[in-house]
Amino acid sequence: MTAPPTGWSDHPAARALAGRHRLRAWEPIPWLLALAFYFAFPKYLGFGTEVLVTILFALSLDLVLGYAGIVTLGHAAFFGAGAYTVGMLAKHGIWNEPITGLILAALVAALIGLGSGVVLLRTQGLTLLMLTLCTMALLEEAANLAHDYTGGFDGLDSLPIAPLLGWFEFNPLYPRTQYLYVLSVLFVCFVFVRTLVYSPFGQSLTGIRENTLRMHAVGAPVRRRLVLCYVLSAAIAGVAGGVWAQANAYVNLGTLGLDRAATVLIILVLGGHGRLYGAFVGAVAYMALAHFLSKIYPTAWQLGLGLLLVVIALFAKNGILGIVEAAVRRHAPRVT
Amino acid sequence: MTSAPLLETRALRRNFGALAAARDIDFRLEAGARHALIGPNGAGKTTFINLLTGVVRPTAGVILMNGRDITAVPEAERVKLGIARTFQINRLFRRLSVLENVYIAVAERVGAAPSMRRPAGLRRDVVEESMELLDTLKLSADAARRVSELPYGRQRLVEIAIALGLEPRVLLLDEPAAGVPSAESHIILDAVERLPRQIAVLIIDHDMDLVFRFAQRITVLVSGAVFATGSPREIGANPDVRAVYLGQVARG
Amino acid sequence: MAEALALRHISAGYGDTVVLEDVNLAIQAGESISVIGRNGVGKTTLLATVMGHTTLHGGEVTLGGVSLARVPVFRRARSGIGFVPQEREIFPSLTVRENLEVGARPGPWTQERVFDLFPNLGARLSHAGSQLSGGEQQMLSIARALLTNPRILLMDEPTEGLAPVIVEALAAVLARLAAEGALSIVLVEQNSRVALAFSARTVVMDKGRIVYDGASAALAADGERLAKLIGVE
Repeated sequence: MTAPPTGWSDHPAARALAGRHRLRAWEPIPWLLALAFYFAFPKYLGFGTEVLVTILFALSLDLVLGYAGIVTLGHAAFFGAGAYTVGMLAKHGIWNEPITGLILAALVAALIGLGSGVVLLRTQGLTLLMLTLCTMALLEEAANLAHDYTGGFDGLDSLPIAPLLGWFEFNPLYPRTQYLYVLSVLFVCFVFVRTLVYSPFGQSLTGIRENTLRMHAVGAPVRRRLVLCYVLSAAIAGVAGGVWAQANAYVNLGTLGLDRAATVLIILVLGGHGRLYGAFVGAVAYMALAHFLSKIYPTAWQLGLGLLLVVIALFAKNGILGIVEAAVRRHAPRVT
Repeated sequence: MTSAPLLETRALRRNFGALAAARDIDFRLEAGARHALIGPNGAGKTTFINLLTGVVRPTAGVILMNGRDITAVPEAERVKLGIARTFQINRLFRRLSVLENVYIAVAERVGAAPSMRRPAGLRRDVVEESMELLDTLKLSADAARRVSELPYGRQRLVEIAIALGLEPRVLLLDEPAAGVPSAESHIILDAVERLPRQIAVLIIDHDMDLVFRFAQRITVLVSGAVFATGSPREIGANPDVRAVYLGQVARG
Repeated sequence: MAEALALRHISAGYGDTVVLEDVNLAIQAGESISVIGRNGVGKTTLLATVMGHTTLHGGEVTLGGVSLARVPVFRRARSGIGFVPQEREIFPSLTVRENLEVGARPGPWTQERVFDLFPNLGARLSHAGSQLSGGEQQMLSIARALLTNPRILLMDEPTEGLAPVIVEALAAVLARLAAEGALSIVLVEQNSRVALAFSARTVVMDKGRIVYDGASAALAADGERLAKLIGVE
């Protein structure tokens, strides 16, 4: 420590800064709920796995969108890159061990993130939005055309994924292994993202989001930071795509599509971006709602979902978590 | 021949289309200087600051720091060389606390910013230095508050605090008292007067009380060109400067 | 004399936050006033409330005796209120000429007259608003409001960022306008010297209330009282 033990560490501002990364009392709850779900709803583990993958994907988007302020509509490019990496390696008999497969998926997605990020992140706003969309469309078309490797429009199914740790089988009909596996992967990635956003690096990303001009003026290498953030986020999205392919034992063009990219954006905004747990809340709320609405109104369920989103967009800019935060603030007057 | 000044421009020119925002500006800023840049609206004062900081590239001419040509050095690296600025209109991290605002600048300077592992709040050295700095500007009591909650005058001080967090050798203040009520502008003036002596300060402002009290040397810019340079007494007594800029407020 | 603008028991703010509390203020036709006070005491909110940009919690604003309660913002502008907002709010992608033509209405203020006051603008007619310097944008904002030929002109710190000679010229023009009595001006001003010299009547605000409403000369003569009211530390 270069600083003297006394000094400013007791100042409320320093304490707030030093304490914000600490685990809050409620933070274990989502994880306990996820574990409880495993025991309580064995019939819904396939759905649960899908939700967990979506949370992971939304979390990766939160890093770029919520923290660094990079607006993208093409994040499924990285999800798809991860999924196809796992799928093609397995289908062509090159590699099918799950955990190392995920690392490869992350690497491939990160490389694509680096290549596209270096070019795209020179732009911002609408231009950036369009370019992210185009990049994703290019990848999708490439996957469609490279039929011999990717299965084209049909995708690749019945992927021969090896048992986890050489022991636990991935059974598509009883996805118990998948659920716990994806939950563990999510946990590891979450700890990584959480550490990152509270670090000085995360602080500088927030700075870029809040005022890019000022960040240039304090001598920050803004573009390098943004590219690095983009690459890390792409890697996590790649992991999400990779586990999705492993859990479902197939991969198709849908993993790369606009539908997936738009849905994850909606989920993040619904839950609340820039808040870590917005991904959790948004994914659970959106998918549970979609699940039940589609059962009640099989033909018009998307209408109900659309209406809800309009209401959220109109009245709750910061999503569900934003509403919760406002309510908490109202009931517990601030101590400053 | 005296030694090279801290910051110097030679025949610095910048055209925006047909408009010459800077016309062959020769300018010297000595170490530890207290220099003011005044001139009519649209004279190119902010453009000059943007040229010095590297936000805008010159059409012609050179910028030297300690005799070294820095014309091609990008903005972020000029900050590392010791050139810092404040903005005419606040450019703060509005949703962050006052401490976090300064923390970002200090973390950047000491090289802590790329670190991804340790929580930001546990970089005690950065926190301590930021708080010290806020204390010298009498902002420590507000350190925990969101910047957007502060009165405008205090936000202007945060602008200065961020720039000081970069430990500049040259500090460029673009209308530091802009938007601050006259009853509070003394806070800014006090802060500017207490700046460490070794920092060379170039200040732009339309508040002549501030300019004449603070500056040891004044440069008047008109239509992108240097119109006059001299001591406050000389500038205040210059009838041409009175006519184009000062009006009745000038003192002899 | 007819009442040009009146605020009765106004309590207003942004959303749930109340900034103005029980503000009463009446301005006669042709009368001008200055509003001074510390930062954040509600001066800008006062103007914003007249324009309809705030949440009204109670009270009534009337223009020429007619309640503005149900009058939407754009109609308030059309009914003769000119507004020079603190943030200037020029149209950055329009040229200076286009900025001036937006909302212009016939009357004593013409483009020629405006260019006499601000020669910079005349010289830069075809430049985009965003290319102007800060001070020139301020001139543009004032010129645009004058060209709507308002009955009431609300100005929020119009001298901010202007060169001293321009401040003098502007102050002289405003003082002349105020003396002529052709329109009413409400001038919110940080610079108490400019404010007290501008109009015969000055209003001082503190913490969302009016704490002084009377002769400017009385305040100008009593430095101690002024210092207490606007809180020089």
